[in-house]
Amino acid sequence: MTAETYPWAPGFVAGDRPRIVTSRFGHEDSHTLERYLATGGYEGLRAALSKSPSEVHDQVRGSTLLGRGGAGFPAGVKWGLTPEGVFPRYLVVNGDESEPGTYKDRLLMERDPHQLIEGCLIACYAAGLSRCFLYIRGEMALAQERVASALNEAYAAGYIGRDILGSGFGVDIVLHWGAGAYVVGEETALIESLEGNRGMPRLKPPFFPAAIGLYGKPTIVNNVETLSNLPFIAANGAEAYTAIGTETSPGTRMVAVSGHVRRPGVYEIVNGTTTFRDLLYGEEFCGGIRDGNDLKAFVPGGGSAPWFLPDQLDLPFEGRQVGAAGSMLGSGAIMVMDSTTDIPAAALTLTRFYAHESCGKCVPCREGGTWLMRVLERVVAGEGTTDDLDLLLEVGQSICPGDMPHASSEALGLDATPFPYKMTTICFVGPSAYVPVHSALTLFRSEFESRVAPSRARTRIPVVAAGGGQ
Amino acid sequence: MSRFNAENLSLAREIIGRYPRPKSALIPLLHLAQEQEGWISEEAMREIAELVGVTPAEVRGTGTFYEMFHFEPIGRYLLNICGTMSCALMGAGDLLHAAEEELGVRAGGTTPDGLITLHRAECQAACTEAPCLQVNYRYRFRVTPDGVRELISELRAGSLADEIPPHGTLATVRQHIPADRAVGAVDPDEDTSPPSWVPVSVEGAR
Repeated sequence: MTAETYPWAPGFVAGDRPRIVTSRFGHEDSHTLERYLATGGYEGLRAALSKSPSEVHDQVRGSTLLGRGGAGFPAGVKWGLTPEGVFPRYLVVNGDESEPGTYKDRLLMERDPHQLIEGCLIACYAAGLSRCFLYIRGEMALAQERVASALNEAYAAGYIGRDILGSGFGVDIVLHWGAGAYVVGEETALIESLEGNRGMPRLKPPFFPAAIGLYGKPTIVNNVETLSNLPFIAANGAEAYTAIGTETSPGTRMVAVSGHVRRPGVYEIVNGTTTFRDLLYGEEFCGGIRDGNDLKAFVPGGGSAPWFLPDQLDLPFEGRQVGAAGSMLGSGAIMVMDSTTDIPAAALTLTRFYAHESCGKCVPCREGGTWLMRVLERVVAGEGTTDDLDLLLEVGQSICPGDMPHASSEALGLDATPFPYKMTTICFVGPSAYVPVHSALTLFRSEFESRVAPSRARTRIPVVAAGGGQ
Repeated sequence: MSRFNAENLSLAREIIGRYPRPKSALIPLLHLAQEQEGWISEEAMREIAELVGVTPAEVRGTGTFYEMFHFEPIGRYLLNICGTMSCALMGAGDLLHAAEEELGVRAGGTTPDGLITLHRAECQAACTEAPCLQVNYRYRFRVTPDGVRELISELRAGSLADEIPPHGTLATVRQHIPADRAVGAVDPDEDTSPPSWVPVSVEGAR
């Protein structure tokens, strides 16, 4: 048994594995400058400042560091998309983590804020970004507090602000925090919110934030975990990073596994090689399904991801293979459902989430998400008909026309349809309301059909807030 | 009555100064107003509008998009019980039932004494510690129905007052950028030169 937990980091589980971003989590005071400096802190920044900005950029490009926010786009490539010679350029740090099932950015901000700050400084230096805004989700009071303390310490010690470490490089990092809106995690909505507006995504293409972002200027939006990898890469080189994991998915990844497993937790895993079976059943990870139950299904990449069956357990946690198998890795969150799970009710919790979080800009999402939720509520309550099941798919088609990705199933004689889907909305909130409905109906249709049987047996209805959740 | 007090007014000006454009300070200032009063009044929105140079309608337009802002008085403690996937799988429904019974209000309501407002919340990013809840955005993990009842009696007895500040206060530590260290915010349309550390020759090649 190699699993170890720390009372000051609830949810995190350590093991005998390489640790890049969680290397300090074993120290109770990992969030302080004193501990950070005693454990190699700001050495990556020193190494970066001894090189030219373009050399540091090349190093990050060479590491093939993939973005950890959900899309998995290489960070070094993203930095290179800013138009030549256009300034100022900004860095916006996406710490608005809200994807159902996901939390790793919160732990990284609470437990090692200086690592994130150092990552921001390296990114600004390499990509010529002259001001950094660190946007933390509003509900994360402790993360805001830890990052504020760390920023104050780092300013006082000369790591942020003018002429950092006497190098001539200078940048401010401004702490900003949200106020409760899932969609703001979408990078253009994040920029809108940072400009003081309602957090609604901007239409794209043709213009992406790297070209036209905050205040209309080139803007790099990077996720907290992505930036937290930079100090290691800058201090140890791209080769040390690519030595871990696989060629297409180097380094490590933070993965949260929740739901019906014996030891739910957030694990830093070797990227690309660890399989879902390792994660769910391995003694050093979750140790199997709770109460000795059988696995029914799991969501492999956050609430937006199409569901997997036990058939997919031997896939590695690697983007391309998971995509071909009909889902996505998203933000690194697995939600596990055992044999006791009420599948239609489980799908409803996710659909209700996305319907609730729709910003209302795109009609298919605003109307479609709510329709999906209401029809599904009717079905779960035992008041639906078989027509409702067709209606769910029909409404879904207005959000995601054409083939929807789904997993293969030997028992159902079903082949996989690969990710992604087509969409009629600007961002992924609308499709995400449909994904759980489609997965559940495709893989567990009989559970829906038994709900709409003539007996109309009433079942327990999940509590819905009177007068809305607000 | 609900304008910023002197300390918060000076803080508000400091926050505005960190952004190249003042409107960016709108959400932080709404938080500051909510921290001072527990909720956000019309007068507070008018003052924020003056401070950042937009109309009160724009302040309201932005503010009402975000769930954490309240435009009517709410309880001293906001009890948010998560009901999304992982928490639902682990019994969140029972927590909400227990809280509703104990408080005598449905989700969305406030107790008559104005102490506790109960909400069914969406994912709070603590999914492995399900079911979870937040009181004024302070976490409680792996909560049982008995645990909810105990928490409510502690809130009523006032025994958590040191640990949990009244509704509106998020982080208890604020960022302060020392004037002698600050690079400063510049108007993005006025200064379009490359940053000092970017070599011109290298920039041309990129």
